[in-house]
Amino acid sequence: MIRVLLFSRLREELNSSVIEIPACGISNVSCLVEKLEDSQGKAWGCLLKGENILVSVNQILVHDDHYINDGDEVAFFPPVTGG
Amino acid sequence: MFFRLVIQEEPFSVQSETTRIRDFSDKIGGIVTFLGVVRDFNEGNDVQGLFLEHYPGMTEKQIEEIARAAGDRWNVLGITIIHRIGNLSPNDEIVFVGVGSAHRGEAFLACEYIMDYLKTNAAFWKKEESVHGSRWLVTRENDLKAANRWISGSVSSDNEVDN
Repeated sequence: MIRVLLFSRLREELNSSVIEIPACGISNVSCLVEKLEDSQGKAWGCLLKGENILVSVNQILVHDDHYINDGDEVAFFPPVTGG
Repeated sequence: MFFRLVIQEEPFSVQSETTRIRDFSDKIGGIVTFLGVVRDFNEGNDVQGLFLEHYPGMTEKQIEEIARAAGDRWNVLGITIIHRIGNLSPNDEIVFVGVGSAHRGEAFLACEYIMDYLKTNAAFWKKEESVHGSRWLVTRENDLKAANRWISGSVSSDNEVDN
């Protein structure tokens, strides 16, 4: 399974903070987004493909072509605004 | 090097955090502290409150990396970073950064560096509550410019000023 986390406005707009989806057939981040769009609805694809959305795999920032393995934790979020 | 990182909902004491750094080593000759507080006005809105969210685990790793980079760049003896999360009100403290070093120059630079990177490279998100409703804040261009100064080399990293 792949554990998907959403933060900030993505969490609110998609009304979900964490979901798990089967890792089968998911090779990289772009592929995961396609699967999420198929299984969770178009809004997911629309928001996760949005400009400026950041993604991390196992808590390290990565690009869309980063590979994903079974058991990985993948998070999507907007640019940070702390401090 | 002394390093303390706390992410918490509760308020913190600037005095006790500063004392904790000072007590770490007799070699500390100066401590620079930064305290961030919730403004009651932001970009034309009367702010009634702020909600702060973070990514448990990743945020800590990112801040540890920022502190490590500061420790590599300047000769500092102690770093404390406290960041609050959850619901905050105007005038509440949000963030504390304290840096102790033998001489003030390095503490000033390291403190500013840490704050610049906390704003742009640590997984926190602010949602502002105002009379007009609530909105997630977006990264300010000036904050990105401030962090990029340290890469472009426009800020000297070899400032050695005696106390």
